[in-house]
Amino acid sequence: MSTTSNAASTRPPAAAPASGETAADTAAKPTRAATASAPPARKRRPMLKRVADHKGAKRAAPWVTTLGLFVVWELAVRGFDVPQSVLPTASESFAAIWTYRDAIWMHAAQTLFTTVVGFAVAVVFGLVLGALVGSSRTIYDALNPMLIGFNSVPKVAVVPILVMWFGIGTVPAILTAFLISFFPIVVNVATGLATLEPELRDVLRSLGATRRDILMKVGFPRAMPFFFASLKIAITLAFVGSVLSETVASDLGVGYLMISASSKFNMPLLFAGLLVIAAMGIAMYELFNQIERRSTRWATRGSGGQ
Amino acid sequence: MTAGFVELDRVRLQYREGDEFALDQTSMTIKEGEFVAVVGPSGCGKSSLMKLVTGLMPPTEGTVIVNGQEVTDPISIVGMAFQASTLLPWRTTLQNVMLPLEIVQPHRSRLRRHRTEYEDKARALLAEVGLSGCEDKHPWELSGGMQQRANLCRALIHEPRLLMLDEPFGALDAFTREELWDTLQALWMEHRFTVILVTHDLREAAYLADTIYVMSKRPGRILEVRKNDIPRPRDQDTSFTQPFVDLVHELRDHIRTVRAT
Ligand SMILES: Nc1ncnc2c1ncn2[C@@H]1O[C@H](COP(=O)(O)OP(=O)(O)OP(=O)(O)O)[C@@H](O)[C@H]1O
Ligand SMILES: [Mg+2]
Repeated sequence: MSTTSNAASTRPPAAAPASGETAADTAAKPTRAATASAPPARKRRPMLKRVADHKGAKRAAPWVTTLGLFVVWELAVRGFDVPQSVLPTASESFAAIWTYRDAIWMHAAQTLFTTVVGFAVAVVFGLVLGALVGSSRTIYDALNPMLIGFNSVPKVAVVPILVMWFGIGTVPAILTAFLISFFPIVVNVATGLATLEPELRDVLRSLGATRRDILMKVGFPRAMPFFFASLKIAITLAFVGSVLSETVASDLGVGYLMISASSKFNMPLLFAGLLVIAAMGIAMYELFNQIERRSTRWATRGSGGQ
Repeated sequence: MTAGFVELDRVRLQYREGDEFALDQTSMTIKEGEFVAVVGPSGCGKSSLMKLVTGLMPPTEGTVIVNGQEVTDPISIVGMAFQASTLLPWRTTLQNVMLPLEIVQPHRSRLRRHRTEYEDKARALLAEVGLSGCEDKHPWELSGGMQQRANLCRALIHEPRLLMLDEPFGALDAFTREELWDTLQALWMEHRFTVILVTHDLREAAYLADTIYVMSKRPGRILEVRKNDIPRPRDQDTSFTQPFVDLVHELRDHIRTVRAT
């Protein structure tokens, strides 16, 4: 939870790499470095380099590393003879996904629903609040301590209150997802708006532009890369929020599924739940990553979406 | 005394109470259509002067009059360009140049219905500074010199009667800078707006201006007003003639004494 703010707060748009690429890049780099430092293998270098730089290789890299993780997991559990009650194998976990597919489907749909609704509310709320905070020094000063204080409260402590107000189930999950994910959006939108170059403001003001003009013509377009960068973070946080609420106070959702699995000592199902949450998180992150790249090409000066 | 187009009368400017004045007892009279250059040591208040004349800041004492009216708020008969080109990276060059039209009246209300007419005007202006073919490029696809040309176009698109330039060519290499002098001179001779150009480059002042104001160290005052009658259009050859060289030397001596005091 504490990583929320620093991950999102200060991210200059020009320097923001599209994070989707970095995994592929880092996977490709060692190969290149190794071949470069080995002169005798020079003849093979172009081919190796070609393989590493190949578009297909780049795209395959994250899949290969993920698959590798599962293989290591499987072999380690088997090799060290870890009992299933401590750590099931990867194959047992995937088997559990298949065995309980109907239940998982239902609970995952619920989690996805509460997450997306909570996230959507956070986007609207975050944009409005971010615009207010970012466009007026007074509002910034007035709201800043409260926002920071609010963000410091562990959201798990808020869930019981939400339950008292709304009962257990969908509403607290949506609200927790919202509460946990709006902060990075507010901070990023506000940062984007507040860091307007003074010369640019002067040029516009000298033309007689109103505050609203400046906000519409420059403020918001300039804040867009900040905004989209924060969406990627916010959506994954929203998952944290909804699952958290489900584990504490719900009879539906992946969080609830995992709690009930744990009370039945069903370790494979617990890990199945984790895998499903991670998969949903990655999918949503990638979705917003693509949206970010497409909508703010200028922020990377055209080199981001190769 | 006949009132000028831009008139500063014993203007003083203080940023914060208790601070030393940034500008002190500054008076200027600039005729309509005149090309004025302001030179002076760093920190003497040249950029502050720009802010006063454009109405971005009120003077602490004294009055600023532009076009017969006391300046209290930003006035839209000015165009402005700075050293940093401040083009918007998400807009194409053409869209950047058209930005003032989206803000300044009467263009603002006419823009939607007369879009092609205005676009043609922007294209013509871009062609005038040698940027045909760059209309749909983004600023980051242009060189520094090309960005400054586009920046000039943006400052001029709404046909301001007063062009304020704050070291617009400061970040460019010598060749590009001198090319842009010719571009600016040509634009000025064609459209005859009034120009106030702040610069560190004494040759630039001598090349472009009708009148050169030399300012003192902070607190900035006008120390010297030098008329420059070298005939126009001035070109690269002019800058090797004796009157030009003498003028640059004279200005240099002024600045040297200013800095020494
Ligand atoms: N916003 C501000 N607040 C307080 N003081 C300022 C502010 N802007 C400028 N000053 C001060 O006013 C003086 C004049 O500044 P100004 O920017 O006008 O100088 P300048 O002649 O344009 O300098 P340069 O040639 O380096 O651009 C400087 O000493 C500066 O420290
Ligand atoms: Mg300056």
